[in-house]
Amino acid sequence: MMRLPPFRYHAPRTAAEVATLLAGEGPEAMIVAGGTDLYPNMKRRHQMPKTLISLRHVDELRGVQMNGAVRLGANETLRALEWHGALKERLPALWTAVQSISTPLLRNMGTIGGNICLDTRCNYYNQNWEWRRAIDFCMKCEGTVCWTAPSSSICWAVNSSDSVPVFIALGATFTLVSHEGERTIPALAMFGEDGIEYLTKRKDEVLTHIDIPDQGTARSVYRKVRRRGAFDFPVAAVAARVALDGDRVADSTLVLNAVGPKPVVCEEAMAYLAGKPLSDEVVTEAARLAGRGAKPLDNTDHLSMWRKKVVQVETRRALEALRP
Amino acid sequence: MKPATEPDSPARSKVQMILRVNGESHDVAFVPHKTLLEVLREDMRLTGTKHGCELGECGTCTILVDGVPRLSCLMLGLESDGHDIRTIEGMAGACGAHPLQTAFAELGAAQCGYCTPGFLLAAEAVLARDPTPSRATLVEELGGNLCRCTGYLKIYEAIELAAARMQKGTPDA
Repeated sequence: MMRLPPFRYHAPRTAAEVATLLAGEGPEAMIVAGGTDLYPNMKRRHQMPKTLISLRHVDELRGVQMNGAVRLGANETLRALEWHGALKERLPALWTAVQSISTPLLRNMGTIGGNICLDTRCNYYNQNWEWRRAIDFCMKCEGTVCWTAPSSSICWAVNSSDSVPVFIALGATFTLVSHEGERTIPALAMFGEDGIEYLTKRKDEVLTHIDIPDQGTARSVYRKVRRRGAFDFPVAAVAARVALDGDRVADSTLVLNAVGPKPVVCEEAMAYLAGKPLSDEVVTEAARLAGRGAKPLDNTDHLSMWRKKVVQVETRRALEALRP
Repeated sequence: MKPATEPDSPARSKVQMILRVNGESHDVAFVPHKTLLEVLREDMRLTGTKHGCELGECGTCTILVDGVPRLSCLMLGLESDGHDIRTIEGMAGACGAHPLQTAFAELGAAQCGYCTPGFLLAAEAVLARDPTPSRATLVEELGGNLCRCTGYLKIYEAIELAAARMQKGTPDA
């Protein structure tokens, strides 16, 4: 039986109080919102924060505001977003991503901010302490070697968030608050280069909200690959946004996730798409170019070679779905 | 982040709280890092809520918090403060079994029974929101509860039978 390690527990009521507590408690404090990522990790001794600062009473970080743009409170549950009819209509790609996260039970608890800050995942990491001790641990937690790529100097644990590639594709920004003030960064800038330092959010910062700009005429889709229709994290994911001028691509964003430690923006494919119609030939070539950015290793479900191929297939299907 | 050792000065002393479980207030003392599942089973002796994967991957520990199905293995006892908790022990009413329980028994929707409390409570929440759910809705909404015996069909059929009876208000309901 896996029990939680002991910790001190605070449940403040405002974001400002959260920031003050984070500053006071230092780097061994962690924020908990839904607990669906952190508590399993604590049970497996991946993280053992001395202090937990819960967002459960921080109501100012909940809610959805919609005018031209959309603002999501980071502490809003995934389920509330799933059941927000106007959000589904306005941002169907985001809805698809949110609705695909784990299970209804988990979405009743987990928050959108939690999915953004989701710990990176790996077959050699998401195991209990005894299992990991048996392989002498790995560099992400207590060990020195990356068992996925033993000669690697970086950790290859996978960014497995469903919402993150969509937020990047939609041009969203994240607002982070600390005792020193507030900063707003583009979604992509939130993510670091390796599976250990996977967030650029500082330990004394709390993610407060997500802003998604008015999408104009652009349309977006999200496609996710996994073994089961529920529970599973993506093993390959594509978010695509396309604005058309007539039948030609005026502007696009293609983002892959779950194929490496960091979400991948497919610049080459996006440059190729500019000014072209979404013909079979164009879509296939764009998908091939996008697939180059995927560097899946064998540390999730399914074979890495298959995941690399399926990224192209899913990118093609995403673009086909965005035809006029 | 690579924490390797137990925190040295955690709060290990028990907290005393009033928990509202199955319509009754209970005065309970437990250490603050216990999950609600552990508090229910170990400190309140309510062992109807089952202990499965402990990681949110099976659904057998499902309880209702203010009517919403949640995983009791992934919330703290502390976090149930001020909420109305319902476990399987609170499902049958004064007049006997809940229509869902009756239908599960009649149709063989419970075999080994380990997933049953979770399924029943999750199903109750589905019917509270949608009294006549489609099969597709049931499949989606119960996607977080695993069953290794039934193959799910009998569970869906039992929920549909219970839903029909509850709609009609027949004596079985």
